[in-house]
Amino acid sequence: MLEITNLHATVAGKPILNGVSLSVPAGEVHAIMGPNGSGKSTLAYVLAGRPGYEVTEGSVTFTPTRHPRESGGPASLATAEEKRDSRLRGNDGEGLDLLAMEPFERAAAGLFLGFQYPVEIPGVSYLQFLRESLNSQRRARGEPDLSGAEFIKLARAQASLLGMDTEMLKRPVNVGFSGGEKKRAEMVQMGIMDPKFAILDETDSGLDIDALKAVGAGINSIMRKPGKGVLLITHYQRLLDYVRPDKVHVLQAGKIERSGGPELALELEREGYAEAAA
Amino acid sequence: MTSAFPTRKQEQWRYADLDALQPVWEQLGEPERIAVLPGQKLEQVWLPSADAVQVRRVNVSLGAGASFRLFALNIAEQYGRIDLQVDLADGAEFNFFAANIGTGLSTNEIVSNVRHLEPNGRSHQVVRSVLNGKATGSYLGKIEVAHGAQKTDAEQSVKAMLLDRGATANAKPELEIFADDVKCNHGATVGELDPNQLFYLGSRGLPPAEARALLLEGFIAGLWQSASEPGAIADAAREALRRVV
Repeated sequence: MLEITNLHATVAGKPILNGVSLSVPAGEVHAIMGPNGSGKSTLAYVLAGRPGYEVTEGSVTFTPTRHPRESGGPASLATAEEKRDSRLRGNDGEGLDLLAMEPFERAAAGLFLGFQYPVEIPGVSYLQFLRESLNSQRRARGEPDLSGAEFIKLARAQASLLGMDTEMLKRPVNVGFSGGEKKRAEMVQMGIMDPKFAILDETDSGLDIDALKAVGAGINSIMRKPGKGVLLITHYQRLLDYVRPDKVHVLQAGKIERSGGPELALELEREGYAEAAA
Repeated sequence: MTSAFPTRKQEQWRYADLDALQPVWEQLGEPERIAVLPGQKLEQVWLPSADAVQVRRVNVSLGAGASFRLFALNIAEQYGRIDLQVDLADGAEFNFFAANIGTGLSTNEIVSNVRHLEPNGRSHQVVRSVLNGKATGSYLGKIEVAHGAQKTDAEQSVKAMLLDRGATANAKPELEIFADDVKCNHGATVGELDPNQLFYLGSRGLPPAEARALLLEGFIAGLWQSASEPGAIADAAREALRRVV
């Protein structure tokens, strides 16, 4: 579903990723662990298309699963543009060249980035921000806008799933939110967008134990589905107690040094990165 | 009778588009007058017209304990100017919320001279400018606190957002205080849209123009909150913002 091949990237001319290769099949959760500065967040930003993160080599292919309700028409008659629109709708088994797409196109194709440091936007309410974002995605996929009432219903359901008061969504985006509230709100956003693939960048940092449980349960209920995939970036094993990964990868100095099953996370926790990579 | 045509040497006309002003100067004549009687309250919303040049000069006098709340949108295609002189008597209150939104080669400016003539007055001015292309947006705000006008509380907040390299924002708060027990604050910033915010919105599916429009709406969001009927001016501002992104 997400195929990363020999990915090299620089930030301000400095090489950070030095040949990352990784494949996440549909239906799986993969964890990426690694010490500070190993390139975990850079990988997340490159996948989401953040400006300033320059890919110098390699490729990323994203193959969203077919939308069950709409299967493709006569593909041979479609123009290139129609083909691409059709792929954004998830009608096509073909892979998307993720790195050639703008961030908003990646979102419409079904990619979601959970931010390590969610951004504050004074003067813009969460509800307005999420409704406009979701409807932009829907328009890009050729789906009709959600009405105000439909949207509120969806937002309320997703907020309650994450144990968040809907009143908070009337406030400006992340302004005055605690660290834990911001992370919960990221997961509420994920529930509303209902992406096909989620990259979660240290979603567990700054969470107390109750919030960690709620966020873990949220990830499972939103993303643990056939046809969906997750890349979970974390420093610590503890989130993996709630969201059990199918595979664990260790990123060090911009490369995947080791891969293994869930037991690898426990080994890292016990022995530290230096020891485990040796 | 019409006053003498201004020159750029006069501080309050320093950034004006005098060529655009020339043809309409005769019609301006003497400034309009608004008087709010002691203890009375007045609220006004000044919506823009479709004219390329829109100049409004108003002298306001506020009686003791009077209150005037003014909301204004300055978005002329060529030259817009809102020129206020406000005199406050004992305990009077003046609240002013305005935006300059300019595109192309336009000049939009707000010039205010708030005179606290007696004690206990309160003035609060908030001006936001959003400019793209080669547009100019200015705020020149002078506050005078007369001798003996103790306990005056005067506040100015001026922020500008520049969307293009060629756009210009001028912010010039000015204080002239002849009393020793007063509170006068002013703050001015000029900035551009935050790339982190733009990326955050993009990552949620908003195309760049829509992301910019949403951030700009947030930038001026607070201005109309306290209006009793904010609908018309908020809509007009939103429409003007969609034209500059």
